[in-house]
Amino acid sequence: MTNEEIVIAIKDIIATIAPDEDLSGLELAPKLRDQIELDSMDFLDIVMELRKRYGVQVPEEDYMELATLQGCVDYLAPKLGDKQLVTA
Amino acid sequence: MPELPRVVITGVGLTSPNGDSLPAYRRNLLDGVSGVEAYEIRHVGETLAGVCHFDPLRHQKRKEVRRGTRAGSIAIWCARESLADAGLELAAIDRRRVGVYTGITEHGNVETENQIHEVAQYGFDLSFWSHHHNPRTVANNPAGEVTLNLGLSGPAYSLGGACAAGNLGLIHGTEQLQLGQVDVALAGGVSESIHTFGIFASFRAQGALARHTDPTRASRPFDRDRNGIVVSEGGCLFTLERLDDALARGARVYGEVRGYHVNSDGTDFVLPSASGQEHCIRGALKHAGLTPDRVDIVSTHATSTPSGDVAECQAIRGVFDGCETTFINNTKSYIGHAMGAAGALELAGNLPSFEDGLVHPTINLDHLDPECELRNLVHGEPLRPPQASDGEGIRTILNMSFGMLGINSAVVVQSPSN
Repeated sequence: MTNEEIVIAIKDIIATIAPDEDLSGLELAPKLRDQIELDSMDFLDIVMELRKRYGVQVPEEDYMELATLQGCVDYLAPKLGDKQLVTA
Repeated sequence: MPELPRVVITGVGLTSPNGDSLPAYRRNLLDGVSGVEAYEIRHVGETLAGVCHFDPLRHQKRKEVRRGTRAGSIAIWCARESLADAGLELAAIDRRRVGVYTGITEHGNVETENQIHEVAQYGFDLSFWSHHHNPRTVANNPAGEVTLNLGLSGPAYSLGGACAAGNLGLIHGTEQLQLGQVDVALAGGVSESIHTFGIFASFRAQGALARHTDPTRASRPFDRDRNGIVVSEGGCLFTLERLDDALARGARVYGEVRGYHVNSDGTDFVLPSASGQEHCIRGALKHAGLTPDRVDIVSTHATSTPSGDVAECQAIRGVFDGCETTFINNTKSYIGHAMGAAGALELAGNLPSFEDGLVHPTINLDHLDPECELRNLVHGEPLRPPQASDGEGIRTILNMSFGMLGINSAVVVQSPSN
């Protein structure tokens, strides 16, 4: 998966978890929680979806790495490099 | 005992397999329209159920629906529709003084089955078990979801009473108003039971799951050929207020909760006791200060099981034999058994009788079981009883709901003209 595809993958997961949100203007650098309505249960949902869709385990101490879209790309790129994009 | 405040019903919010508002539901009860349909659920396969068709997105965001439970969505629908029907604006209410009391037969089976199904896909690796499981399965979930959706901060919890629970919610809401704990109560029952395969499988194992080639004919209380329960989902929450408060704001009053009684058979896990039910009915009438002949409509619990219907008919005959103007009907024949919602939905279906003077009939009764012989059993067509024609009117409804482990409940509601 390329970095662009990782962004698509994360946005697709967020679209499932937060279906009322408009994700078209989501930016890479700002915190996700500052751009859309996401709470701690939603972040656990993101972690769960990564586990289900890609077999990626994100330990609790790494949750903060997923605070921004860019953080997701940086953190997940080594783990998703050989995976195929899955969308709901 | 000090005289307690009188409590009245000022709003009705419901979703039923044959209607999502009281007018639509009543119309279908008078027109003989069933809400039972073909239904399929995993592991059980093709069966029958009463399915609700309300749009949860009228009152919830998609994320709320995803995060919550079906029972939560049903409760939210009923609560919002009930408050609107009562003409109560949320902005004008002290949200700390609103109580939510949801009767439930069971809660949590749906989510537990879903989670087990989910982790089974991953070799029972529990890291795939959802963090949503606990908040979805706690017993106060449906009432709690109502508070989240409406921003309420009063007491909100469930009353677990098997299939008597709809009456229990109403009774508890009435008492909380009488005790001054709240100023408005949203009270009744909800059920999401059609989404758990376990309830179908268990009734089937018990030989108590209805079968019929025509789904609309499957729920047939009192019929010789009845063969079991049609499981349904649904909900009904009444808006309750103290009479003085309701009158002060000029609210429309559907009826007054005049009396009730709850007891236990103490005899069997599943088989009902006619004597326990009879004691319950007599207890409710005593609480209301009424003799049996003052009851105009007996809204039966009968679920279309061979033994349950017979026991209930024995109880009814024991109390109402000789009561010439007491008429008897059944609502499960249209909507199946809505479990925790049944008592509340069945009372709601009868409430309009105070205005329209009609008793809706039991349907699907082709060959009366001789053991279910009842004087004034209304079936086939709506009936306008003589007291409705001579100006007296329909004034008193007795609503019965019974459940497993021998719980019995009966509620007496009287017309606002009393």
